[in-house]
Amino acid sequence: MSEPLVQVRGVRKEYRRGTEVVPVLDGLDLDIQAGDYLALMGPSGSGKSTLLNLLGGLDQPTSGTIRVGGTSIEGLSSNELASWRASHVGFIFQMYNLLPVLTARQNVELPLLLTPQSKAERTHRADAALALVGLSDRANHKPAELSGGQEQRVGIARAIVTDPELLLCDEPTGDLDRKSGDQILDLFDALNREAGKTIVMVTHDPRAAARARRILYLDKGVLVREEA
Amino acid sequence: MAGLFSLLPLLGAAFSRHRARLFFTVASIVVAFMLFGLLGAVRFALTGGVEVVGQDRIITTGKVSIIERLPRSYLTQVRQLSEVRQASSLCWFGGIYQDPRKQLVVFAIDPNYFSMYPQLKVSQAGLSDWQGDRAAAVVGQALATQYGWKVGDLIPLKSNIYRRKDQAVAWPIKVAAIYSADDQPANTIFIHYDYFNESLASGRDQIGWVVSQLKHPGQAAQVSSAIDALFANSRQETKTSTEKAVAQSFANQIGNIGAILTFIVTAVFFAMLLVTANTMAQSVRERTPELAVLKTLGFNDGAVMLLILSESLVITLLGAVVGLGVAWLITSALEPSLHAVLPFFRIPPSTALQGLVVAAGLGLAAGLVPGWLAMRLKIVSALRAV
Ligand SMILES: Nc1ncnc2c1ncn2[C@@H]1O[C@H](COP(=O)(O)OP(=O)(O)OP(=O)(O)O)[C@@H](O)[C@H]1O
Ligand SMILES: [Mg+2]
Repeated sequence: MSEPLVQVRGVRKEYRRGTEVVPVLDGLDLDIQAGDYLALMGPSGSGKSTLLNLLGGLDQPTSGTIRVGGTSIEGLSSNELASWRASHVGFIFQMYNLLPVLTARQNVELPLLLTPQSKAERTHRADAALALVGLSDRANHKPAELSGGQEQRVGIARAIVTDPELLLCDEPTGDLDRKSGDQILDLFDALNREAGKTIVMVTHDPRAAARARRILYLDKGVLVREEA
Repeated sequence: MAGLFSLLPLLGAAFSRHRARLFFTVASIVVAFMLFGLLGAVRFALTGGVEVVGQDRIITTGKVSIIERLPRSYLTQVRQLSEVRQASSLCWFGGIYQDPRKQLVVFAIDPNYFSMYPQLKVSQAGLSDWQGDRAAAVVGQALATQYGWKVGDLIPLKSNIYRRKDQAVAWPIKVAAIYSADDQPANTIFIHYDYFNESLASGRDQIGWVVSQLKHPGQAAQVSSAIDALFANSRQETKTSTEKAVAQSFANQIGNIGAILTFIVTAVFFAMLLVTANTMAQSVRERTPELAVLKTLGFNDGAVMLLILSESLVITLLGAVVGLGVAWLITSALEPSLHAVLPFFRIPPSTALQGLVVAAGLGLAAGLVPGWLAMRLKIVSALRAV
């Protein structure tokens, strides 16, 4: 078997609150193969978001190593991490985190501003991503004019527009009703099966987790159980 | 990395967020730069013309003050000096036309006066007409425009200083020529000294001061002392200095006003800096989650700083352009009516350029701290704050 897409070894993460040191992740090991679809579950405060942020290079581990696609990201500077994120990871948030003053198309176009693409190219790609999530007819709408489910689909379009291999989703259906949530999960299925995207999804919803290929349980900063 | 150009959509987004706040911020900058432009125009009006004075002309006045009168014979004596190419007397007439509260600048001069001042432009024909007619005058273009005078018009000029021996109230004066000047006020009326002198009831054969043109500009200091020596120990001692020195001492007084203006403008700009920096800091604080999202998507520290700085720059430059534009409109509107008093009341290009440079500097200064805060923003904590 080839090297896993994600390799986490002995990762510890501590936060400092004043003089107090709060351990959040405690010597964590984890492999994720390319093309996998992983659900991360566990009680609130168990460190799920923290782990996801470390995988996506939004934060640095206190100790341990994280390799993604052959790159040891724990050694990168903040600017190196920024350009690494731009081309290798897509983030999908619970609250969508779209820029309210931009239209759906402009939001999806954002990550492309960091590439040397022309305006026409960017628009073309943004429209293709919006078409993929079924929102071609909403390209010129502002987030406030969209439903929660539509906003999250714009969020997904923004995450995939640069064609990253890894998608990191923090409770992507946490704020949605069941029907909209199912649409999002259908999209993830398609992205995983047809486009071969590797997905890590934090969720509290067992129904959502059941759609993944693997489910990991995290408790007090340690992986306690795994289901396939 | 992200060039400034690719940030443009984000700039637009930043500005469409808080239109009212943006409007008020830009408005305060507009006011600051309007003030800057207007004060610049005032300063230019007060100092304009100082540069154009000749090096080769010296002025002989009474020793105590310029308002002392000198005997007419002084002109004859100065003219006899071998270093003096030519000389003319000047006499302040205290001219009044129609409105007694408005004093006109009227000088009685000698016929050769214009040949000493090539920057006063009179047609050759007009000059000969004037020289050939004792009761004629050469009138400044600005005045002619203001009062609608044309060549050939007869103007009854009164004086608030002199009386005529024939008891008539006015000196009828015929406009023989109109002069213009690119670089100084064309707001004077020149009449013949002889015509003026003959008509006086009393105080005849006196002049205000003497302007002499030297054969060699280098001799100004030496000739000046020679002239003053000529009249030393007489009833009317004199003080002779170059025209430039006279203008300079005037400019030095203006310089103090200039320092006050500079102080005011600096204070206003400082207030403007605080307003802009505050707006930018608020804007960064409110957009913390958005900036975190941008960083998540891969915008690096430099791009974030660039975004905030360009926002700040756009605000101050926009304010400066509009403010200077408004000042320009105001000066253009006022210039015609002020022309006789403040003929240089306009914004010199150097001031406009200076304003833009100041605006850029203030924009950078105002954006620096907020930009730095945005740069240092921790993505993880910022996202948690959503
Ligand atoms: N920036 C921070 N500073 C201090 N403590 C933090 C910080 N981020 C997270 N923590 C703490 O780390 C622990 C794990 O947080 P994390 O967000 O990873 O939990 P989670 O599993 O995602 O929880 P939830 O299901 O509620 O989202 C919590 O106790 C939290 O208070
Ligand atoms: Mg969480």
